[in-house]
Amino acid sequence: MSAAATAARVQSTARAARPSTFAVYRWELRKLRLQKRTYLGLALGALMPLIFVISQNVRGHHGGGGQGSVFESQITQSGLATPVLLLLWMSLFLLPLIAALVAGDIVAAEDGNGTLKTILTRSVDRGQVFAAKVLAACTYAVLAVYLTATVAVVAGVASWGFKSVTSFSGTVVAAPKALLLVYVANTVYLIPLFAVVAIGILLSTVARNSAGAVVGTVGITLILAIVGAIPGLEGLGPYLLTKQYEAWQGLLRTPTDWAPIIHSLWVCGLYAVPALFAAYLVFLRRDVAGG
Amino acid sequence: MNAEATAPPVRAFALSKRYDDVLAVDAVDLTVNAGDVYGFLGPNGAGKTTTLRMILGLITPTGGHAELFGRDPMRVGARALDGVAGFVEAPRFYPYMTGRRNLELLADLDGDGARGRIDEVLDVVELAGRAKHKVGGYSHGMRQRLGIAASLLRRPQLLILDEPATGLDPAGMRDMRDLIRRLAQDGITVLLSSHQLPEVQELCDRVAIVSSGKVVYEGALTELRRRGGSGYRLRTDDDTAALEIASTIAGVRHARITDGGVALQADEEHVGELSLALGRAGIAILALTPELATLEELFFRLTGEPAGGAPENELATAGAA
Repeated sequence: MSAAATAARVQSTARAARPSTFAVYRWELRKLRLQKRTYLGLALGALMPLIFVISQNVRGHHGGGGQGSVFESQITQSGLATPVLLLLWMSLFLLPLIAALVAGDIVAAEDGNGTLKTILTRSVDRGQVFAAKVLAACTYAVLAVYLTATVAVVAGVASWGFKSVTSFSGTVVAAPKALLLVYVANTVYLIPLFAVVAIGILLSTVARNSAGAVVGTVGITLILAIVGAIPGLEGLGPYLLTKQYEAWQGLLRTPTDWAPIIHSLWVCGLYAVPALFAAYLVFLRRDVAGG
Repeated sequence: MNAEATAPPVRAFALSKRYDDVLAVDAVDLTVNAGDVYGFLGPNGAGKTTTLRMILGLITPTGGHAELFGRDPMRVGARALDGVAGFVEAPRFYPYMTGRRNLELLADLDGDGARGRIDEVLDVVELAGRAKHKVGGYSHGMRQRLGIAASLLRRPQLLILDEPATGLDPAGMRDMRDLIRRLAQDGITVLLSSHQLPEVQELCDRVAIVSSGKVVYEGALTELRRRGGSGYRLRTDDDTAALEIASTIAGVRHARITDGGVALQADEEHVGELSLALGRAGIAILALTPELATLEELFFRLTGEPAGGAPENELATAGAA
């Protein structure tokens, strides 16, 4: 074959339609679907509400104190108290851990297995691969949160009925509206969780070690929680990522308190945007030497 | 016709890579022309794989740049890989997916109707029967073949293969060589990194030899063998005396007794001088046959490995000429 013929064929290949970022994203989701570890996090998210409901049914409920007292006292009065309580408890550690399981793994595992070089020698740009991985990690976080909420709703309602609940402000909220608020609250909780995902992806991109990135992500959230509890550092509280885990509670007040949600949006942005930008730059420039 | 249309499939301009104090690749220049089956030779750790990774845009050079059909992967990203396929080190796949599913993934990342070619490429590499099995259960040879299949999905005009026969049994190596030969006959330019010298000698028409990150020879294989291998084998009725006489002639180099007589290196003029000297000494010449050096001999001389050949710089000069 002549050089000219070769060049002509190469040019014709170059003109061919390139895969969209959506196509890459779809494959990222398929990869997640085909890995057993994906289901570990989801199973954890689904099991906790079940364990909670079963244990409450077995022991009989006694209301407790603390931040969740309004809803703890309603456990047996309305099944819709269960998803609120679960969100209250799981938002601090378990849901960030589940999100970190995928976010911390999604780049580092591919680098370690050598498959990053495989996909980076195809017709997609690094930016597309990065965007697809970020979207996939966020999708997983969304799935984990809504799955946990749905299992909590179903288990709670099956045990204690679809009844109205009393909000943090003491007003009674009808069951349909309470159900809607449960899902909106979970949606608002995704704001800080996406920031956790961004940190996980940054560590996954930089660390090149899956376990290290997952542990590091959880470690950062724990450190922030500890910083928030240190006497004298209370002033930092509103700016700590872990404090934003509570922003959704504004929805369960009457009237709705939007201030913590809006505050959470920009504070989480301060964590997520630089983390993602740094991860993007590292991913674009990194040497793919694994495998 | 624009610059991309006339550019050679691969060009490297003073390509370098430094890791802290280690200079892994040192100002490598090479050109792979359309239609070449180009051997990229060097001992382990010579910088072959690092060079290929830079050519494919997987790692960033610390100096110089590479072009694929005139496009720099560091500047234009994936577009530089249009018409290019291959793998560096062992091809890697998702072990929890079947062979076919892996190819579907890669085809979707290629676009250009690559999905429609999956059955065809599986047939080419004779993996159709195992396509529904998970890659985690594949042998090394099967993964190598799947790597070739994944490359062919892209309908490449340039195929970059890094040690494709490594880890294969003799039959697998033969099959791999046959496959590469077939692809080359179909007009695909092949850049083949290897330290399997018989493989390169059999398949390649041009070579670059790297040692310690530097190209010590680039050019036609025949030219390398001609220049580096102007050797002769001499058989006489008294080889010991013939060796002594050969040693006294200035233009005769590296004369030594071997199983079949006396091996030596010299140009034609000095070989004539030697034959006259032997005649004057009454030593009968039974045979005087020219011998081209094998690639293996040349390789060891160029890379400074132990071998009784010419010093490294002689051949390097020949290659650069």
